[in-house]
Amino acid sequence: MNIRAFTAFLAASIVVPFGAAQATDLEVTHWWTSGGEAAAVAELAKAFDATGNHWVDGAIAGSGGTARPIMISRITGGDPMGATQFNHGRQAEELVNEGLMRDFTDLAKQQKWADIVRPASLLKSCTFKGKVYCVPLNIHSWQWLWLSNDAFKKAGVEVPKNWDEYVAAAPALEKAGILPMAMGGQPWQANNAFSVLVITVGGKDLYQKVYGDKDAKAAAGPEMAKVFKAADDARRMSKGTNVQDWNQATNLVITGKAGGQIMGDWAQGEFQLAGKKAGVDYTCLPGLGVTDVLTTGGDAFYFPLLKDEAKSKAQEALASTLLDPKTQVAFNLKKGSLPVRGDVDLQAANDCMRKGLDILAKGNVMTSTDQLISQDTQKQLEDLMSQFFAGSSLTTDAAQKRFAGIIASAD
Amino acid sequence: MTDIPVTSPATKARRPNRLFRNLNSKVASIPMIVTSVVIFLGGTLWTVVYSFTSSKLLPRLNFVGIDQYERLWATPRWLVSIQNLATYGILSLIFSLVIGFVLAALMDQKIRFENTFRTIFLYPFALSFIVTGLVWQWILNPEFGVQSVVRSLGWTSFTFDPLYNEDIVIYGILIAALWQGTGLVMCLMLAGLRGIDEDIWKAARVDGIPMWRTYLFIIIPMMRPVFVTTLVIIASGIVRIYDLVVAQTSGGPGIASDVPAKYVYDYMFFAQNLGQGFAASTMMLLAVAIVIVPWAYLEFGGRKRG
Amino acid sequence: MDKSTIATVHPDMPARRYPGPQGKRPRKALSGRNIMLYGALGLAALYYLLPLYVMVVTSLKGMPEIRVGNIFSPPLEITFEPWVKAWAQACTGLNCDGLSRGFWNSVKIMVPSVIVSIAIASVNGYALANWRFKGADLFFTILIVGAFIPYQVMIYPIVIVLRELGLYGTLTGLIVVHSIFGMPILTLLFRNYFVSLPEELFKAARIDGAGFWQIYFRIMLPMALPIFVVAMILQVTGIWNDFLFGVVFTRPENYPMTVQLNNIVNSVQGVKEYNVNMAATLLTGAVPLFVYFVSGRLFVRGIAAGAVKG
Repeated sequence: MNIRAFTAFLAASIVVPFGAAQATDLEVTHWWTSGGEAAAVAELAKAFDATGNHWVDGAIAGSGGTARPIMISRITGGDPMGATQFNHGRQAEELVNEGLMRDFTDLAKQQKWADIVRPASLLKSCTFKGKVYCVPLNIHSWQWLWLSNDAFKKAGVEVPKNWDEYVAAAPALEKAGILPMAMGGQPWQANNAFSVLVITVGGKDLYQKVYGDKDAKAAAGPEMAKVFKAADDARRMSKGTNVQDWNQATNLVITGKAGGQIMGDWAQGEFQLAGKKAGVDYTCLPGLGVTDVLTTGGDAFYFPLLKDEAKSKAQEALASTLLDPKTQVAFNLKKGSLPVRGDVDLQAANDCMRKGLDILAKGNVMTSTDQLISQDTQKQLEDLMSQFFAGSSLTTDAAQKRFAGIIASAD
Repeated sequence: MTDIPVTSPATKARRPNRLFRNLNSKVASIPMIVTSVVIFLGGTLWTVVYSFTSSKLLPRLNFVGIDQYERLWATPRWLVSIQNLATYGILSLIFSLVIGFVLAALMDQKIRFENTFRTIFLYPFALSFIVTGLVWQWILNPEFGVQSVVRSLGWTSFTFDPLYNEDIVIYGILIAALWQGTGLVMCLMLAGLRGIDEDIWKAARVDGIPMWRTYLFIIIPMMRPVFVTTLVIIASGIVRIYDLVVAQTSGGPGIASDVPAKYVYDYMFFAQNLGQGFAASTMMLLAVAIVIVPWAYLEFGGRKRG
Repeated sequence: MDKSTIATVHPDMPARRYPGPQGKRPRKALSGRNIMLYGALGLAALYYLLPLYVMVVTSLKGMPEIRVGNIFSPPLEITFEPWVKAWAQACTGLNCDGLSRGFWNSVKIMVPSVIVSIAIASVNGYALANWRFKGADLFFTILIVGAFIPYQVMIYPIVIVLRELGLYGTLTGLIVVHSIFGMPILTLLFRNYFVSLPEELFKAARIDGAGFWQIYFRIMLPMALPIFVVAMILQVTGIWNDFLFGVVFTRPENYPMTVQLNNIVNSVQGVKEYNVNMAATLLTGAVPLFVYFVSGRLFVRGIAAGAVKG
C-alpha cells in the first residue's frame, strides 16, 4: 500500500518528488490525434505536469502507420524523445535488443508492477529477457461492433444482437439509404477487422492456430473459408464508405449515416465526445455478439535510454504517473479503453466498458495480433486485406490462398 | 563590370603555381566531392549491399543472397505498384509531352498576353505535391466535388470518383500530376521552339508545306535534344513519385494507387524490414539507371568542356 | 543544335526578337484562326486556374454552406474564420497553434539552407568552370547522375551519417541535407553561367596575379548576381515545398509547414473541415506562389536553366 499511496501522492502533489525543483521538459511522442484521444492525452499531460515536470507534446498525425517510422528513425538516428507510445508487443522488439531502450526493472520491482497490472500478459509483453522495458497504459480490444440505434430505427429493423443478424439487416439499411457498415480506408482497419472476424466467426482455436502457431494448413482450411465468407459480407456492406480515417468512419455511425462499424474500444471515446449514450443512442457488441472474447492489446510507453540525468529522472516520474490509479481512471474514461490495473474504481464507466470489464474478469482473453506476429507479417497482411476490402478484384479463394501463403512464411 | 580590379596591393605579384591553384579549387570542391562520393556513390552502394541481407529494424550484414528480391517479385503489392508506375509513367510521358508541346506551339504564335498565359500555366509548378494532392483530393471528392456538381445539374447517375475506385484511381493521380507538371514542359518546349532558326520556317513556307507538317516533320526532329532532356526530367520525376500519392490517396483504395517509392518507405520504416525496402529501392535505382546512364554519358562523359 | 544555348539564352527571350513561325505578320483580330487559338489557350488556362479558384472559394465558406453547396459556386457569405483557424488554432494532438508554428519553422529551415547551399554551389561551380583539376569532371558527373537517384535509396545512409556526426534531428542536419540535394542543380547552374562568361576576363585577372578567392569575390560574384537570384528562387520554392526530408530528418517541434499541413488535414477531430483544410493549403502554398508571381521571368529562367542541362 505504501507504493500506491506514494504514487497517488505523486500525481496529486505540486511538490516535486523526483529530482530538483526545476521542471524538466520531456518530449512524449504518440499518435493520438482524434478528438477523444486528444482529450485523453490531455489527462496524461496534466498528471505529468503535476509532478513538476513538463509534458512536451509530440503528436504525430496519421495513425501508428505514419507515426511509428518517425519514432523509430529518431531513436535509431540518435535523437530520441523522452518517451514514446507503441502498442504492446513486438513493435519495439529490436530497439530493445539493440540496447536503445531504458530498462525499468528496478522501478517495476519497487512499485510492484507485477502485482497491479492485469492481465499479466501485458507486463509480459513489456518484458524482454526478464527485464521490463515498457509501461502498459491501457487495454485495447478490437472485438467490438458499434451500431447506430437511429439507423436501424430508420430502416425499420431491430438493432441486431450479433454478426449474423447484422448481415441479415444490411439490405434493409441499404434500402433506407444508409450505408450498412463503415470502414475507413487505412490498411490497418481492414486488417484488424479481419482478425476480429477470425476470432469471433472462426473461434478462439482458429485464431490461436493461425496467428499464434502460424499454422498455414489451418489458414488454408475450410474453417478459415468461413471467415473469408464473412469478410466478403463485410466488404459488400462497407462498399462506398469513402473515408480514410477510423474516426471519420465512426462519425458516420454516430450521425446515423452508417449502420455500424467494427472497431476497437477506442471508438467509444468518439461516441462520448459527441454526447451519445451507450444503450440509448448506440449499441456495442463485444466479440461481435458471437464469441465472448476480447484480445488484450493496448498502448504502452517506452522510454529511450537517455544520457541527460534530469530527463531520466523525469522518465521515472512519467512511468509512475502512467500507472497511478487516478491517471488510469481519468485517461481510460476519456479514451474508451480499459485500465491495466484491476484495483481501480471505475464507477463512471458506462455500459460498454462494463461489458468489457466483465469479459476481462471472466478471463476470456486472448493475446492480440500485435504481440503474436512481427511488423513485417502484419504489414503484408494489411496489404492483402486493404486490397481485399477496397474492391471486388480479389475473390475470397484467391485472398485465402495468399493469406495462407503469408502465414506460412510469417515470423 | 568594365573595370576589372586587376592588381590589388595585397596580392603578391606572382603567378600561383599549379599545385597551389589546384589546392584552392579542390578545397572549394570538397563539398561536391564529399557529396558525390560519400552520399551519392557511397550511400547508393551501401543500400545495394544491404539489400542482400536480412536486415530488419536495424541494418545488419547477414547475407541471404537474393532472397529479398525473390520475395519482392513475388509480392502482389510490389507488382501492383510497378504496374501503376508503368501506367502512370507512360501516360504521364505522353500527355505531358503532347500537352506541353501543343501549349508551347500555341504560345509561339505571337499571341497577346503571352506573359499572362505563361504565368497561369506555370504557377502550379511552384506549389508542393502535398498542396497539389490535397486540392485535387477535394475536387475529386465524390460527395462534394465534380461528381456531386454534375449530379446536381440533373445527370443523377453520373459517376466520377477516381480516388475511390480501384480501377481508375491512378488516373485521378495523373490528372493532378499533369496539372502540376505540364507548365514546366511547356516552358522547356517553348524555349526549344524559340531556338529554331527563322530561316527554316521561311524555307518551309516557300515550299508550301502546311504548318502542321512543318511542326511534325521538321521542327520536332530538330528539337530532339530538347525532347531528350525533357524526357529525362519527366522520367526521373515519375520514378520518384511519392508525396503526391501520399497526400492524395495514401496509396488507396486498398493498394490500388501504390507506387514503388511508397512501398520502399512502408517496408523500410513501417514493416521494419530494411532488407526488403533496400531491395525495392535498388530496383528503383536500376530503373533510373536505365534512363540516366546512357544520357549522362552522352551529355557529360563525351564532352570535354561544356 | 547546342543545348546550352537554349538554356542560357532563350527561355526568357522576348517573342519579338525571333519572329514567330507563321506566315502573314499583320493579322485581323477576329480571324477564325485566332478564335481557335485563343479559345484553346483560354480553355487550358481555365483548367489550370480552376483548382486555385476552388481553393479560394472553399476557404471562404462556412461548413454548412459547403455541405449543401457545390464546390464551384462562390460563397454566399464570406467568412475568414477558416483562415484564422488554419493559421492559429488547428490542432495536431495537443498542439493547437495551427500552421503558424510550421510557417516559422519553415522560415528557420529555409533561410540558412538557401544561404549555405548557394554559397557552396556557387564557389563549386566557379571552381569547375575556371579552375579545373584532374578528376573534377568525374565527380561532377557523379553529382549530376546522383540528382536522379530516388531519394529513398539514400535516406537510410544519410540517417546513419547524420547520426555519426551527431546532427540527426537538428536544424543543422536538415540544412546539410538540403545543401546536399540542392547541390547538383545549383552547381550546374553556376558552372554553366561561369563558363558562359568571356574567358578573357578571367585570364586578364590571372595575369594580374589575382588568386582563386580574389577572382571569385571581385569579378565573378558581382557579375553573377542575376544567377544568384535565379538560384535563390529555385531553392526557396524547393526547400519550402519539401516534405520527405522534413518528415524524416526533423523532430515534431521543428516540422516544416508542408508536414504540418499534412498533419492538420489528416488529423481529424469530429468532422473534416474542408474550408479550414483549403485555407491551410493556400497558406502553405502562399510563399512559393508569392515568389513565383513576383519573380515571374526569373523563375521561368531558373527552372529552364536548371532543367535543360548544357
